[in-house]
Amino acid sequence: MSADAETPWRRTARRFAKNPAAMVGLIFLGLVVVMVLLASFFSPYSPSTQDLRMINTGPSGRHWLGTDFVGRDILSRVIYGGRASMEVCVVVVILAVGVALPLGLITGYIGGWLDSVIMRIMDALFTFPALILALAVAALLGPSVGHAAIAISIPFVPGFVRVIRAQVLAVREETYVEASRSVGVGRSRMLRKHIFPNVASPLIVQVALSFGYALLAEAGLSFLGFGVQPPNSSWGTMLQSAYSFILDKPWPLLPPGLAIMLTVLAFNLVGDGLRDSLGREIFVVKAEK
Amino acid sequence: MGGYIVRRILALIPLILILSALVFALSFLIPGDPARTLAGGLKATPERVALVRKQLGLDRPVYVQYGHWVGHASTGNLGKSLLDNETVGSQIKARFPVTLSLALGAMVVTLLIGIPAGILAGTHPGTFIDRLVTFGTSAAIAMPDFWLAMILVVVFAVKLHMLPAIGYIHPTASPVDWITHLYLPCFGLGLGGAASIARLLRGSLVDVLEQDYIRTAGAKGLKPRTIVLKHALKNAAMAPITVLGIQFAYLLGGTVVLEQIFSIPGMGQYFFNALVRKDLPVIQGVTLVVAITFVVVNLTVDVLYAYVNPKVRLA
Repeated sequence: MSADAETPWRRTARRFAKNPAAMVGLIFLGLVVVMVLLASFFSPYSPSTQDLRMINTGPSGRHWLGTDFVGRDILSRVIYGGRASMEVCVVVVILAVGVALPLGLITGYIGGWLDSVIMRIMDALFTFPALILALAVAALLGPSVGHAAIAISIPFVPGFVRVIRAQVLAVREETYVEASRSVGVGRSRMLRKHIFPNVASPLIVQVALSFGYALLAEAGLSFLGFGVQPPNSSWGTMLQSAYSFILDKPWPLLPPGLAIMLTVLAFNLVGDGLRDSLGREIFVVKAEK
Repeated sequence: MGGYIVRRILALIPLILILSALVFALSFLIPGDPARTLAGGLKATPERVALVRKQLGLDRPVYVQYGHWVGHASTGNLGKSLLDNETVGSQIKARFPVTLSLALGAMVVTLLIGIPAGILAGTHPGTFIDRLVTFGTSAAIAMPDFWLAMILVVVFAVKLHMLPAIGYIHPTASPVDWITHLYLPCFGLGLGGAASIARLLRGSLVDVLEQDYIRTAGAKGLKPRTIVLKHALKNAAMAPITVLGIQFAYLLGGTVVLEQIFSIPGMGQYFFNALVRKDLPVIQGVTLVVAITFVVVNLTVDVLYAYVNPKVRLA
């Protein structure tokens, strides 16, 4: 290998940067993240301040995105609501990967009866529609944002386990793994140093795409009252309160819905872009499915 | 083919046993003393707590509880609601057709929009039409389905007065009203699936149309229309068919929110009311029925797939 050879990650970044749709998605997500992290800086008002002279108004100079049914500034609520929604998504993905990674590595690398048992449970988990399972778990644990995050993460686990396991199976028989095994590399070191790096790229794609689904699931749960709880609000709870006035004041429905749609779209564009720029490694997983 | 179907059905037995255990295990999620929580928390009387404990058999060992529950469930007895003492089975039986009409209607929307859109984009790759379809499908996939449904209500019911906003009419009362009340929820629920199908079909159609047998068909003078519809589509449809089962599961999940918005008295609404009141037998019953419905639908899709694609049967 020559000294100036491109590392795989740099090659991926170069390919990714050439994909305009993926870059638009990434820039949009960057802006969303900055906005919600610095919510107090970007919001023109506090999300709970009521302007009682302006209730259920459309966009105006004073309130760019109008006000809701108790006169709160919708733009500020979209920014703060985005923070709650994104927090749930981050926790969901961390929980799902945290559970799925060891399961996927173990089932793929060690195999045997443990593999059969875990995979049968994963198959069974796959038979529940994600929203139904998440709702049942969230409701029985009791409505709270933490419980919602746990509930939403469960349906993601089988998908992650399958992706990780398939990748482990694909690299397990590669010559370099066999060579390391023959010189006496232990199981845990093997998984950490040789197997895991190969699992990373398909996992990253899956994670990027899961953010979008997690955001949609959070919206659904919060809309039904099992997600983010008042007085806090997320994009889903904003849709819920907008729904009550849908017949005569439909405007407040638009901003949070569009925020969800554009953010999910951005996650999907980034996920698709990553899949295309990571190249060959991903095909192994696709063929296994 | 017969052997394939038998093999697939036998493989379902352990699957259904595991999924029933998972549904049963939902009761372990209830914090604290489940009998007290389910009886209404701190304000529940000791008699009520004892009654709930007895009704659910919570005073017996877990394996006995599971055995009882799964034994009853296999005969269609899903227990009684903790709140109104009605049997879960009879409620589900009455509400299942309502939810099924919503989900099947959404499936019709998925196919009627998804297939033509996929063919249109797949036969014109790289053109303006293709980009338009790609843009539309990306947007539709990213939308919350219930948000789309609410927007449709605002546009078609509130502003244009073309369709009823909410409600459900039983088909025996008026078939026409039944359909007009289903338009908006089915469209809202089915559009996302249409987008997924269109994308998959577009992708596989582009690949298939580059193959030699298609060029041969063109060379022997077949019309482009015949080539696409008779020769290409058969192969290109494989990928979309495999996801139809998953689409259906997604639709069943979506009905919970959609039935709430449109006040449709289906299983989703029953499930939602049970969630709010922590009515465990109802939550477990609906979850089990929905999961098994999905298993049956998936089996049907797989058998259909094996029928279309003989290679699968041998695998």
